[in-house]
Amino acid sequence: MISAVISRLAQTFLLIFGVSVLAFLLIDLAPGKYLEEMRLNPQISQRTLAAIRTEYGLDRPLTVRYALWLRSVARGELGFSFAYNSPVWPLLKTRALNTLILSVTALLCSWLIAIPAGILAAVRVGRWPDRISAVSTAFLLATPDVLVGLVLLAFALHTGWFPSGGMHAPASTETDWLAHVKDLLVHLVLPVTALTLGALPVLVRHVRSAMLDVLTSPFILATRGHGISRARMLFRHALPAAANPLISLLGVSIGTLLSASLLIEVIMGWPGVGPMLLQAVLERDPYLVIAAIMFSTLFLIAGNLMADTLLYVVDPRIRRTES
Amino acid sequence: MIQNPKLWLSAVALALIHLVVIGAGLFAPYDPTEQNRDLSMAPPMRIHFFDSRGRFHFRPFVCPWVAEAERAIPSGYVEDCNKASPLRLLVRRVTMRDGNTLKASWHLFGVDAPAQIFLMGTDDYGRDLFSRLLYGGQTSLGAGLLAAGLSLSLGLLLGCVAGYFGAWADDVIMRGAELFMALPWIYLLFAVRAFLPLHLGTRQAFILLISVIGLTGWARPARIIRGVVLSARQRGYVLAARGFGASSVSIIRRHILPEVSSVALTQAALLVPQYILAEVTFSFLGLGVGEPEPSWGNMLASLQTYSVLEGHWWMFASGIALVPIFLLFYSFADSLQGRLQLLDLSR
Repeated sequence: MISAVISRLAQTFLLIFGVSVLAFLLIDLAPGKYLEEMRLNPQISQRTLAAIRTEYGLDRPLTVRYALWLRSVARGELGFSFAYNSPVWPLLKTRALNTLILSVTALLCSWLIAIPAGILAAVRVGRWPDRISAVSTAFLLATPDVLVGLVLLAFALHTGWFPSGGMHAPASTETDWLAHVKDLLVHLVLPVTALTLGALPVLVRHVRSAMLDVLTSPFILATRGHGISRARMLFRHALPAAANPLISLLGVSIGTLLSASLLIEVIMGWPGVGPMLLQAVLERDPYLVIAAIMFSTLFLIAGNLMADTLLYVVDPRIRRTES
Repeated sequence: MIQNPKLWLSAVALALIHLVVIGAGLFAPYDPTEQNRDLSMAPPMRIHFFDSRGRFHFRPFVCPWVAEAERAIPSGYVEDCNKASPLRLLVRRVTMRDGNTLKASWHLFGVDAPAQIFLMGTDDYGRDLFSRLLYGGQTSLGAGLLAAGLSLSLGLLLGCVAGYFGAWADDVIMRGAELFMALPWIYLLFAVRAFLPLHLGTRQAFILLISVIGLTGWARPARIIRGVVLSARQRGYVLAARGFGASSVSIIRRHILPEVSSVALTQAALLVPQYILAEVTFSFLGLGVGEPEPSWGNMLASLQTYSVLEGHWWMFASGIALVPIFLLFYSFADSLQGRLQLLDLSR
């Protein structure tokens, strides 16, 4: 058990290391000349420029720069943003938090809808709830996120029911935290709806097929013989047995959600990592790009680790094979 | 053909769509970059069969848009049916190219000049949206197909090598695949895009986008193909061929590839829509194919302005066009998968 955990952690660490090296290699090939651009910027004094140059070894070989970057990671700076003229971590911190707020809410919403919808489709297989869900998931699957986001935004503009983008109303302040949270929730509605609609079809289909597999197994027939009620059978007996593939899917769904979130954040003006990454690509800000990529990798890996842990807790079969 | 109607229907429909897009020069009435600055953001034209006196015309006609108020920036357009012009099939148009050379071209339909026809309205430069949609399909659908071809051939190559030779080759390739899949896909695309020059000619941008999408997407197909190769390697006839001294290359070509091909085709049907979407996303964000050349992504980009988003619903055209195409691709993949399972059962 402990050795399994250790090897898993070592693998994760290697993976993160690999991604950071990959990111560095890619960014290193960038033909942009950051130093030249900065030298022309009158707001940056020659002294800071020289300091940055030596601190990050900008005119030294890749390996040295990588080592210096690692040092700045250890110091909690994560490199230096040339466009913002500041260390990366304070920039990333708030952005990452905003993306987390958005994605976690969307994750919860999509799973809370997908599980009952999938169960309903599986129980009524071949009948109209199943058909409706089949047709609607097919259409949702075929509708690109861009379109969903834009249509929702147009809807918000047209009706004026929801704020059209952003995360807080300009008047909202930190002083009255209840009003602040309320304001946040109102702003969350549209992006969360867009992300949920994007994630739903895959989730519903998987819940349905996992439940179908279980519902045809003999022990479900046995519960009926024992006179166990239908609701209890579904949620107490069938759902836990179907949970295994779904928990693995949970880990995967975090990655797809993060990808979708990038675009939705840009469309809806949500101040998350997405717009920051886009801007960093456009402004050729290498350390900011690397930081955003590392953030997304960490988020995805954390999701997968969480799913594995959950699987270990929920599924006794896995515990038995490992001990 | 009758055995599996869903498969053939979706295949034929997709082929037709691609034909129309390839033949955009014929099917589109105008050049995608031809501007009409005084007719920007005109709504789709209505095709009339009845004139103002209620008389039926066998040949439909369209009425030109005229600016509602004589202002510098027109707020809206109204139909002026006094200048109605009949729709004609197979029209020959002569246009100026590069300022001095005249170029004649045939179009499936159109109206007599100087009247114009805008089936789907015009965009902010007054360019015909229908023509842009067809030409933009060449960019977007083409990028999807080519990128899928690229990443599938890479996936086939690496998957076959990993699955057939195993050992360290398998280890290296599969660890590499894990590395590529450790990043959320769009973030990976961004990472690769970040190091490439920002401002490119449209042709360069197109080729670059295809290579970026194709080269980053190899991991998933490679893993799936590796799995198929692993099981195919153990089949009796492969072992027999090896026993007779057949070389690895010929075994892969004669025995493994046919086994893999149907899985690869299903993968292709799933990859193409994903890659079309990648092109659309990138061009939408301004990192892909840029103006004035149309792409279904950069055609949506003007919707990022709230004023366009609110009143000009026809600008959604290229986004909406994606839905039936994706539905067809998914149903094609779905029925291929179904056929595959039937084949497996009958084996």
